[in-house]
Amino acid sequence: MSEKIIVLENIVRIYQIGEVEVQALRGISYSIERSEFLAIMGPSGSGKTTLMSILGLLDRPTSGRYFLEGEDVSSLSKDQMAAIRNKKIGFVFQNFNLLPRTTALENVELPLLYSNINGKESKERALAALAKVGLKGWEYHRTNQLSGGQMQRVAIARALVNEPSIILADEPTGNLDSKNGAEIMDIFTRLNREQNITLVMVTHDPVIASYARRRLYLKDGQIVREEINGKTDGQASVQGGQL
Amino acid sequence: MKIFRILQISIRALSRNKMRSFLTILGIIIGVAAVIAMVSVGEGAKKGVEERFAAMGTNLLFVQPGSRRFRGVQTGAGGYVTLKPEDAMAIEQYCDAVAAVSPSISTRAQVVYANKNWNTQIQGTGEKFPQVRKWNVAEGTYFDETHVAAAAKVCVLGSLVKQNLFEDEDPIGKTIRINKIPFKVIGVLESKGEQGGFFNRDDIIAAPYTTVMRRLRGVDYISSIDVEAISADMTDEAQRQIEELMRERHRIAPGADDDFEVRNMTDVAESAAQSSQIMTILLGSIAGISLIVGGIGIMNIMLVSVTERIREIGIRLAVGAREKDILLQFLIEAIVLSVGGGLIGIIIGIGVSRLMKYVPTFEGITTVVTPGSILLAFLFSASVGIFFGYYPARKASRLDPIEALRYE
Ligand SMILES: Nc1ncnc2c1ncn2[C@@H]1O[C@H](COP(=O)(O)OP(=O)(O)OP(=O)(O)O)[C@@H](O)[C@H]1O
Ligand SMILES: [Mg+2]
Repeated sequence: MSEKIIVLENIVRIYQIGEVEVQALRGISYSIERSEFLAIMGPSGSGKTTLMSILGLLDRPTSGRYFLEGEDVSSLSKDQMAAIRNKKIGFVFQNFNLLPRTTALENVELPLLYSNINGKESKERALAALAKVGLKGWEYHRTNQLSGGQMQRVAIARALVNEPSIILADEPTGNLDSKNGAEIMDIFTRLNREQNITLVMVTHDPVIASYARRRLYLKDGQIVREEINGKTDGQASVQGGQL
Repeated sequence: MKIFRILQISIRALSRNKMRSFLTILGIIIGVAAVIAMVSVGEGAKKGVEERFAAMGTNLLFVQPGSRRFRGVQTGAGGYVTLKPEDAMAIEQYCDAVAAVSPSISTRAQVVYANKNWNTQIQGTGEKFPQVRKWNVAEGTYFDETHVAAAAKVCVLGSLVKQNLFEDEDPIGKTIRINKIPFKVIGVLESKGEQGGFFNRDDIIAAPYTTVMRRLRGVDYISSIDVEAISADMTDEAQRQIEELMRERHRIAPGADDDFEVRNMTDVAESAAQSSQIMTILLGSIAGISLIVGGIGIMNIMLVSVTERIREIGIRLAVGAREKDILLQFLIEAIVLSVGGGLIGIIIGIGVSRLMKYVPTFEGITTVVTPGSILLAFLFSASVGIFFGYYPARKASRLDPIEALRYE
């Protein structure tokens, strides 16, 4: 039953800024099971966003191998990466990243636009996704007329609409107050439990992180520690145990 | 992704920023309107020329020196000196399909009356000129055979010359000096009015061709012969008869090239229309340059728009847009803009060319908007959109998704 949806083998990501090399990730080896709810934590600059970009195929690792649903995706072409992002991955960002001056519905329909789904079906699916995040009645509101919590729910609906296997959320509650944050976490928990969507979430907030079943701690581009259901495992046992 | 969907997205994106879209296409609107309006002026001039020749009658023929071989080269009149007044006499006498002839030779000269000066064309003609050219006198009389035979120093003024030299004074019986030689004014031609061209037919003085030959030019040849056939149906027959007679008179061996040419009105109108065609092309190209400037405007604003929309591009890439999708979206936006601008420009251009004649400076101007010029302006503006939209679109499509998402 424990199918590994994501397997990372010694992922390194080096940014080259002129003469200077920044080692954002220094050999990450880890695996994530299907239907997992994982929180990634760690100090600022520890490489969380970099890791998420590689997981989401927005970026390629400098070295190392990445298997997504059993397929090696470490060195695909740009178009192949775009197609996988479109079909298998949903993104939720801290700053929502909705299109300005558009309606909630238009935003949610966006991924379907790039997957050859006709207008009628696209609209139906987008409406259903908006209903799932509790935004029935807000479909035709422009995104700038929505509250922060509502905007993030539109973003979640957009991430959901193409029925992805994984949702990647980088500090999804970072711009929200605790009440709205909790609502977003309820939606995530429900999606994870009821639809078995694999969820990977970056957060600084221990309360938010406690929604996840598993917590991964990064520092200086390396995994330092992992917690499962409150238990704490040392680094050595993580590397030994998970791979 | 289907083109129609992208078109929909593009139009939506453009309508979200109406002011910017409008400013972007302003250059194209002006360019296309200018092309349509300018070409309509050129076409109007062409039509004026054609109408003028049509008004002269279809049973008119011209005999000119020169060989058909040189037709395209336009050897200037005077390059050949093969036509003699006797040729004209013979044509009138022996060709029974010919109703009347008028030998023709002209020169430009300075004309003086009292303290007034005018430079104009002195057209030497036969006495049958009013009949052959269907151009009658409005006042006084035209000169007759005896004037021609005697190379008399008499003349008939075109209405513009009369206006310039005499104003309200009665010119009949007055003496004017043409190149210092005194000429008696015996009549005034009726006004032909401006006909949309750039030269005025009323700016002329008619005198016996003999007088122009001997007293003004000092030559013994004529430059052409105007021939009136007895009817429009008989022009081909008249042409054949004239050619036969002239070959005989000029002793041209069978198979040798003619040293003269008989042209009918259709021929003449064609070559005149050809030269106004050149003007149309010239006017059109000048306006076309403004269209290119408009295209650069599109590129400029598209580049700004790409920068402003880096975040949007990042979002689209994140949800699975491929390079091609982004390229197509921005390219289609540029094309929608330029084609939209083109359509508005066509409407404004048609409006301008219709209203032009009400502007005092352009009074009497004829403008003709042809479907060809509309099609040309439309296609040109669409290609301007593709050409100048491609670079910004490519720039947009090459963005890195992470950089684009991080862009503030
Ligand atoms: N595009 C980039 N170019 C150069 N260096 C980068 C780039 N993105 C990240 N870095 C560097 O890589 C390291 C990791 O950055 P990353 O954004 O992954 O950290 P983070 O854990 O998400 O931090 P935060 O909690 O502040 O979001 C940092 O030192 C950062 O400066
Ligand atoms: Mg980050």
